[in-house]
Amino acid sequence: MKVLDLRKLVLVNGALLILLILSAAACTLLGPVRLDLSHALSHLFSSNADTEILLRARLPRVLLGIAIGGGMAACGVVLQALLGNPLACPQMLGVSGGASLGGILGIIFFPNWLLPIAGGRLGEISWIPLAAFLGALLSMILVYRFSLFHGRLHPYHLLLSGVILNSFIAAVIMFLNSIVDFYQAQGLLFWLMGSLSTRAYLTVGFIWFYIAVGFLWLWSKGLSLNLITLGEDAAMHLGVEPGALQGQVFIAASLMIGAMVSVSGVIGFVGLMVPHVMRLLIGSDHRLLLPASFLAGGIFLCWADTLARILLAPAELPVGIVTAFFGGPFFLFLLYREGRRSLAL
Amino acid sequence: MNAIQTDNLTFSYGVRPVLHGISLSVRSGEMVGMLGPNGSGKTTLLKIFSGVLRGEGEVRIKDKQIESYNRRELSQLFAVVQQEARVNFPYSAAEIVLMGRASYHSPLALENQHDLEVARTSMDLTDSLAFADRYLHELSGGEKQRVMIARALAQEPKILLLDEPSAFLDLKHQIQVFELLLRLNRERGLTIIAALHDVNLAALFFPRLLILCNGRIHRDGAPCEVLTEKTIEEVYGIRVRIEHDPTYGKPQLFFRPAA
Repeated sequence: MKVLDLRKLVLVNGALLILLILSAAACTLLGPVRLDLSHALSHLFSSNADTEILLRARLPRVLLGIAIGGGMAACGVVLQALLGNPLACPQMLGVSGGASLGGILGIIFFPNWLLPIAGGRLGEISWIPLAAFLGALLSMILVYRFSLFHGRLHPYHLLLSGVILNSFIAAVIMFLNSIVDFYQAQGLLFWLMGSLSTRAYLTVGFIWFYIAVGFLWLWSKGLSLNLITLGEDAAMHLGVEPGALQGQVFIAASLMIGAMVSVSGVIGFVGLMVPHVMRLLIGSDHRLLLPASFLAGGIFLCWADTLARILLAPAELPVGIVTAFFGGPFFLFLLYREGRRSLAL
Repeated sequence: MNAIQTDNLTFSYGVRPVLHGISLSVRSGEMVGMLGPNGSGKTTLLKIFSGVLRGEGEVRIKDKQIESYNRRELSQLFAVVQQEARVNFPYSAAEIVLMGRASYHSPLALENQHDLEVARTSMDLTDSLAFADRYLHELSGGEKQRVMIARALAQEPKILLLDEPSAFLDLKHQIQVFELLLRLNRERGLTIIAALHDVNLAALFFPRLLILCNGRIHRDGAPCEVLTEKTIEEVYGIRVRIEHDPTYGKPQLFFRPAA
């Protein structure tokens, strides 16, 4: 009888964690500009080009990529469980659309406003992520309200209202895109395609804190998520209150998705593909699947972003193109090889 | 002691009433089969017993109000085998059975040796240990149903509720399921309440039958008492002939199509 035990939990996650650390190191060194690591490290506290690239450009970006990749994958896992549908992904939840619209309104109406943190001593952050996060919150409340019946979130309505809200928002964004001037339209498009470029450790720290708390909280619901994938009635028979679980998981995932989209735009595919691949490889027990998907998502986005930086260097590809371009065929290959055996659809 | 007792229990889905004033008691260790046409309220009654739905009127479980139990406590008292298990995600049979232990350990912990032992015994009892490591969706209907019964047993329940457990099974597996239920009832004193659709098998295996019709208990008693040609015509609207099985003495139906 093969079931999840502590040994498997530690081995799989340990291996992935080592892989993640190696990937992070490699991706920090790779880039359009050759980086002299020993020079950068030996002159860490004096101003020079190598240190500047390492600490100001590469490292925050790699750290952000890991957080976003891991967060997207973890949210994909729990949404698939929550909606009882292995095809669900973070982009389906109206939240990502709401965040996009909020961000775009931010770009159009107050592109240059900066919010000083602690009187400017900790730097300044742009209003755009804040506007995006506000949009995410509003759309989360809307979707939640439309899916709540008799104290329970209805998976069917959750999916449908999310998809419909997203297409409505897409129309609004298209409309805005066609009335703004050319340069603004370029900016909108770039923001919509998603990017991990950041220089602010404040943003990176904020996202890491946010994702870490959200992830740990979701992980603690691993067993209940296992049970809810069997259906609401079965979950109740096995001791879980589905209404409470659905509400909590929906809100946690929405907040995480909202925060991620606010900072990096919509980076597709990670949240759909990574959970699937991990399910094929290690099974569906969420107590293992969640941390493993987080780590794998971090590894995947870390490499995808590195490719986005170096493929057309010095120009930069939107990372969403890379995730879909390399992820798609790999996913289809895996589906073809393993799908009939272990996809339950 | 009464396992379940209801007093004037009523339930409606919105404005559509489903159960009207059900008063019923089932003693610990009883084995009760529920019969009745589609929509007569069998499934609803089972869902109220297991705490999935809440009706109006009193429901007492082990002489305590059902409201005084929380979800975890209920899941240690009741186990439910549904008509057909639909699982969209790849879980192995063993993983499914182990989920029956969820309310016995902390939600943050993995299953301990005792949980594994209970799961193994349950699978052994239902002859499903052979395919413990196969994915649930790869199994045949009969194998799947045995896994679901094993999960129910892994909950170590006092009361087992089944909703048409043999609906999708072939003859051999139907008989196997009922033989297993009979054994669990006799050897472990498990209280069993099952909604059934096959009147003949119900009469053969269940010492007490409950016939529901339009949300009311139409008849309640031993098969010989409740299964009469008149009752069947009243409840199902079909004409049958009833003879007694020469070996077991149980009433059995013979159908008489109109043509």
